[in-house]
Amino acid sequence: MENNILLGHGSGGKLTHTLIKDLFVKYFDNHILSQQTDSALLQTGSSNIAFTTDSYVVDPIFFPGGNIGKLAVCGTVNDLAVSGAIPKYISASFIIEEGFSLKELDIIVSSMAAEAKKAGVLIVTGDTKVVNKGQCDKLFINTAGIGILDANQLKISSGKCIMAGDKIIINGAIADHGMAIMASRNFGNFKSDIKSDCACLNHMIKEIIDAGCNVKFMRDATRGGIATILSELSENNEIGIEIDESKVPVNENVRGMCELLGFDPFYVANEGKIIIVASAVDAEKVVALMKKNEFGKESSIIGDIVDSHRGKAILKTGIGGSRIIDMLAGEQLPRIC
Amino acid sequence: MKYIDEFRDKVLVDQLLEKISSVTSKEIALMEVCGGHTWAIQKFGIPFLLPENIKLLSGPGCPVCVTSKKFIDQAVAYSRLKDVIITTYGDLIRVPGSTSSLNVEKSRGADVRIVYSVLDALQIAKENPSKRVVFLGIGFETTAPSSAAGIHNALKEKLTNFFVFSSHKIMPPAMAALIDEGVTINGYIAPGHVSVITGSHIYEGIPSKYGVGCVISGFEPVDILQSIYMLCKQIQENDYRVEIQYKRVVKPEGNVKAQEMMAEVFTLRDDWWRGLGTLKDSGLAIKEKYSNFDAEKMIPVEVEETKEEKGCICGEILKGLKKPNDCRLFAKVCTTSNPVGACMVSHEGACNAYFRFNK
Amino acid sequence: MCLSIPSKIISINGDKALVSVGGTEYEASLQLLDDVKVDDYVLIHTGFAIQKISEEEANETLRLFNELEDIEKKIDREVEGK
Repeated sequence: MENNILLGHGSGGKLTHTLIKDLFVKYFDNHILSQQTDSALLQTGSSNIAFTTDSYVVDPIFFPGGNIGKLAVCGTVNDLAVSGAIPKYISASFIIEEGFSLKELDIIVSSMAAEAKKAGVLIVTGDTKVVNKGQCDKLFINTAGIGILDANQLKISSGKCIMAGDKIIINGAIADHGMAIMASRNFGNFKSDIKSDCACLNHMIKEIIDAGCNVKFMRDATRGGIATILSELSENNEIGIEIDESKVPVNENVRGMCELLGFDPFYVANEGKIIIVASAVDAEKVVALMKKNEFGKESSIIGDIVDSHRGKAILKTGIGGSRIIDMLAGEQLPRIC
Repeated sequence: MKYIDEFRDKVLVDQLLEKISSVTSKEIALMEVCGGHTWAIQKFGIPFLLPENIKLLSGPGCPVCVTSKKFIDQAVAYSRLKDVIITTYGDLIRVPGSTSSLNVEKSRGADVRIVYSVLDALQIAKENPSKRVVFLGIGFETTAPSSAAGIHNALKEKLTNFFVFSSHKIMPPAMAALIDEGVTINGYIAPGHVSVITGSHIYEGIPSKYGVGCVISGFEPVDILQSIYMLCKQIQENDYRVEIQYKRVVKPEGNVKAQEMMAEVFTLRDDWWRGLGTLKDSGLAIKEKYSNFDAEKMIPVEVEETKEEKGCICGEILKGLKKPNDCRLFAKVCTTSNPVGACMVSHEGACNAYFRFNK
Repeated sequence: MCLSIPSKIISINGDKALVSVGGTEYEASLQLLDDVKVDDYVLIHTGFAIQKISEEEANETLRLFNELEDIEKKIDREVEGK
């Protein structure tokens, strides 16, 4: 039935994966791409470089807690940082719709500069295109990012050193970003004070790595939510994952809106949350270090890597039940049932 | 959150599970006929917790699942009209019609908008006077009063570009039909929010004619488990009746104002249910008085001939007669990313839940 | 057919009520429900308040179970005593 791209192809779930696998990887295939990490890991001489790219098309472009520009810088910085790299340089390309407000562009670009400064990265190159009215939705931003990493951190992207007994950690409450966007789109005219959690997490990550913690895997939980990361991790690495639902923080206001719309917070996008797998010995230390950082105050251990049900991520519900954490099929749609 | 968290209390849940285990060791099949119950049962992982002798069957309680392909094909046909805006609740856009779906039409440029409420659809109609706004009215007695209110408001505000395409259905005929078809059901976990509207009397025929109890259940784990316990007790005592577990919102007489709104706008008609065929007086049609808002009467459109997918056994799955992995399309051709039948599209569909839970 | 959430009424304006669910606010229609006041909890379904939640009945539901437990323990004790 599908000869056309659906919105679901961009939602980060199964459809996206199918598109990537059956089209992009099919044509672009090479040994670096096949690693399917957030950032590509490149070696030039004795240096290890992390290289990533992303496009930002969020609607609305201004939302509680940020804007498309802030998102672009944070998203790129985080993609590099979760590979274990120190983010260094970013490119920023703008596709602007004719008639877009210069004042709004100024706000967006200045917030990119502010965010880059906080993260300690330089925006070193870019591009500008303007298209006719109607040919893009106000503003799209594309970025690429380069970071440097130590050989010791190369294992983090793939998670191939993960083993049973390791702990799964998150740095705070989930689903804020996705629900902030939902609220600001005026769907159903809900009013809420939910703010996006959009933030650069590289300094927090550096603190963990510099402390010598045995971090085995990191991924930032963006589209598709933490469920997608956990489901992918268990499937790709053929490991068993068990998550304790009661340990996963969700803010009250986010819970309320999720309940109203019938959304599962596990599948809602984040922009300031990372999943970390660390050795059991170091897990508490990782949590303690993150709690000292402004973006990790609610860090907690949420689950374990286990020997059983390899390839599956299981959720232990608050009442002791169990269910499989699956990848999102398309976009999450509001339910009436 | 109040009225939610207390009913998810693990201590109470554990107590209830213990009580359920000790009531009876008979093999019991309990059917729920509400998408919300299917969802809650899977979400909380309840099947995992129940004793082996109790089986939960998922019946035709998912409005998306029981909606006919013909309805989708007609909605698709409306969406292809240049001046039509389709407004719909979420899941419906992915349900496959004979050759297309609303999601696919949207990707081809049709104006298909997901709304939270019929009131949002009315607002869209007011903001787009040159367009015809068609609201897809699916759902059972919980949702029909909203559609009725929407039509009622459209008349009051003299809108001429708002229409409802009704596929609303009512529960009791389906509950009786399932037993008539020979499905083994020892008790019904009756739909909680349908009953908020209708009250409890609509189920009286089930215990009196079939000797099958109905317990009207809430949606939190404590509610569902308490209802299961109450049904088991009825079976143990051989005393079948309609009981209300969900007393905090279900009154025996229901919500009379909502019932009146429904009766003002809708009238009963025979309707087709996936898996059950045509059931007498099981659907809601818009009354003559409101025919100006009836999409079926006001918007002529050519609808393609309905083609059922060969091998799709959604009908039998909806009746609980077959399990999803009895279907030769299940997980091979029919998956959550590429659903063939309605049972796979909706998160409350048995196939969808099975695919995700039991993979 | 049923996604309905317990929401607290914050204010009432004619046939609309501003309700809150964990901090998210929504203006629901009261067209299908009479006799509500501020601070009541109501079920919201697709934009409409469809019923008031009875606190008394809610407590009763939670209590009923514990009472049953007590009654059955009492019966067990009496049986053992014999």
